[in-house]
Amino acid sequence: MSALFILIGISILVAASFLAAFLWSVKNGQFDDDYTPSVRMLFDDTKEIPTTITNQNTTNLKN
Amino acid sequence: MISIDEKNFCCEGCKQVFLLLNENDLCVYYNLDENPGIKAKGKFVSERFAYLDDAVTAQKLIQFSSDNQTNVTFSLPQMHCSSCIFLLENLHRINPGVIKSQTNFQRKEVFIIFDPRAISLRKVVELLAFIGYEPYISLKDTTAKKTNNFNRKRIYKIGVAGFCFANIMMLSFPEYFSSGNIEQNGLKETFTWLNFGLSLPVLFYSASDFFISAWKGLRQRYLNIDAPIVLAILVTYIRSYYEIISGHGAGYLDSGTGIVFFMLVGRWFQDKTYDSFSFDRDYLSYFPLGVTVINEGIEKNVPVTQLQKGNRIIIRNEEMIPADAVLMKGTANVDYSFVSGENTPVEKRKGELIYAGGKQVGSAIELEVAGDVSQNYITQLWNNDIFKNKKNEEKSFIHPWSRYFTLALFTVAIATLVFWSINDPAKILPAVSSVLIVACPCSLLLSATFTYGNMLRLFGKNKLYLKNSSVIEALAKINTIVFDKTGTITQNSSSQVVYEGAPLTEKELVVVKTVAKQSSHPLSKIIAGWLTVPSEIPVHVESFNEITGKGLEAKVNGVEVKIGSAGFINQYNPGFVSYDTGTHVHVMMNNVHMGRFQVSNQYREGMKEVAGALQKDNYSLSLLSGDNDSEKENLVKIFGRDTRLQFGQSPQQKLDFIQQLQGSGRNVLMLGDGLNDAGALMQSNVGIAVSDNTAQFSPACDAILDGNHVKQLDKLIAFARSGKTIVTASFILSILYNFVGLSFAVQGILSPMVAAILMPASSISIVLLVTALSSASARLKGL
Repeated sequence: MSALFILIGISILVAASFLAAFLWSVKNGQFDDDYTPSVRMLFDDTKEIPTTITNQNTTNLKN
Repeated sequence: MISIDEKNFCCEGCKQVFLLLNENDLCVYYNLDENPGIKAKGKFVSERFAYLDDAVTAQKLIQFSSDNQTNVTFSLPQMHCSSCIFLLENLHRINPGVIKSQTNFQRKEVFIIFDPRAISLRKVVELLAFIGYEPYISLKDTTAKKTNNFNRKRIYKIGVAGFCFANIMMLSFPEYFSSGNIEQNGLKETFTWLNFGLSLPVLFYSASDFFISAWKGLRQRYLNIDAPIVLAILVTYIRSYYEIISGHGAGYLDSGTGIVFFMLVGRWFQDKTYDSFSFDRDYLSYFPLGVTVINEGIEKNVPVTQLQKGNRIIIRNEEMIPADAVLMKGTANVDYSFVSGENTPVEKRKGELIYAGGKQVGSAIELEVAGDVSQNYITQLWNNDIFKNKKNEEKSFIHPWSRYFTLALFTVAIATLVFWSINDPAKILPAVSSVLIVACPCSLLLSATFTYGNMLRLFGKNKLYLKNSSVIEALAKINTIVFDKTGTITQNSSSQVVYEGAPLTEKELVVVKTVAKQSSHPLSKIIAGWLTVPSEIPVHVESFNEITGKGLEAKVNGVEVKIGSAGFINQYNPGFVSYDTGTHVHVMMNNVHMGRFQVSNQYREGMKEVAGALQKDNYSLSLLSGDNDSEKENLVKIFGRDTRLQFGQSPQQKLDFIQQLQGSGRNVLMLGDGLNDAGALMQSNVGIAVSDNTAQFSPACDAILDGNHVKQLDKLIAFARSGKTIVTASFILSILYNFVGLSFAVQGILSPMVAAILMPASSISIVLLVTALSSASARLKGL
């Protein structure tokens, strides 16, 4: 039954890693705009078109 | 018609844009969406954006800047389709100085990174304006908003609370199923201590807003809506921690964290409003950032706030006049559509006073400033105290209810205390604390947040965009409705045109239409849109000249045509046409006066029906118009004899009228469109700005209504009124749940399992019920 202790630990770790992924994606701005990417992906690819721009912390840099 | 490559363009500007896109291989733009085109203004050699060269002004707009990279975000209200996204994200192909551009369609914003060594901020703005997306730059926006960070913080809190709640729930299952007797040594303690650990971030991080808000209320000696929530959270946590630390049991941490999680989701759902709309614009949002001041022949760009009485300023085509000023040089054609909703430019002569807020149409003019920016005719309204107070802050009907609820709860708790102190003192503490845990007001609050949240969305579907959910309750209380005339109940886009004079042949009609099409003057556009001609008649434009604000002269298919105002025609044939009142456009062909077009406003469809329906529902109606009473007869036909019609109203008189109604105890809804209604919109209990193009700017208001949906006004108000019924119904349901929970609690036999089932079950069922009821109610009302 002591295996249970390890399993509980692992289950919490797995859940925590999902939480971390969620927090990271929010911070990364992936939830800021839930419409434009759905349109953008339909444009034909040309080499120069940038895919993502990370604009986080721009305000911090200014100050 | 201007053609190139067998493609026809409405004007020179659109052709220029096509050539530019063609050159850069971006013609996909025209194929992506059916109507990608925006009326482009074409290349301009003006100094309109010269103020962006000023380092101080530019710095206010720029978010981040280094030697080789500058970041800036612009608001582009014209953005409307996928083609816009395509074009705006390919700016780097038009000008390599732009490194990256990324749009946010819902916020109608574009984020641009450019290389300041290759292209200046002014050039970027000019490029955007050239392709038809002139950024909306205002004094107001330079104080950058940081809503993004705020929203993210809320989502973090929900995420953390959800994670902790779900895990505590899972770790509590063994306890429930073994009814507290887990055999394995140490396993039970592990579960409870893990729960203890997981509950801490919820208490100290996720729930912090409730504590802060309740504390702020208490400091002002006021029990606000968050106080009972905080009480429930605290009692739950204290009892649970006591049980865990003393080793008595597992506590009610799953219920405690659940309350926080559901409440946070509810608030987020309710507060999710419309990103691309702004409800708090004051005059500063309308005014340009900079203006060209001329001093002894030297032109200089000056921030508009530093403009002083006596300054000489230059206003170019399409620029706004920032202060009341006297015309010194040139002919002014002032478009006051921002101010009054009237889109026919007014001609002004040298020496005349021009009020701020108008836009010059035509060549540049020179003005002398007659007063401060903040003291002019339009902006002095904003100095009125009503603009300093926030309205609809008065508490929702839920707030007194929650106080009754809290009172009833304490009565039950005290009764329980008295009962057990007589019968079995050992049960006092468990029974009283479970009463406080189980009877949380959160289901009541959830029902309100989810009902109003869903109603906001349903209103949005019907093109009524509310500022926030408290507007729904204010709308439900309305008993008097005041309409503005121009732009609110009349339609700006479709006007009624009547032609009087010698009949025109088909060939002549083609000529008139072709000439009218070349001009961007509102009247020309209306006439060109009204005339229908067979398309097979070939058109050949030999010459074309527009005398701005006066008329057009052209030679088409060998016919010399002059179209314009009576004054314009009289220049060629003095005394031939008598001066006339009203909006007339005269036509002259080969020096013969043919006749005139009479352009008048058309009332919106369904106005008579909606006015009738509202009067039947016992709303008292009034109409305020800045115009003269020439339309009185038509208005009486629409509104009936009982409606008060007031003409020639100034912005201040409109405001006073509303105030007077409120003084006699009325709750007033004001519908208006222009800046001249801004005071009345602000003073009224609910101010709705009517707009034909919701991307356009509307004055400060509580809600924005699409012009085509004014005819649904009666249904929209009826729907707002159903909100209270729905909240009441779900409140009764939540009381039933509370009865079940309390019946366990007062006996001192509330097990954590019952609490853990009851809490999510009541929350989820209430959320589902109110969502279904509000959707059903909208359908029932025909929305």
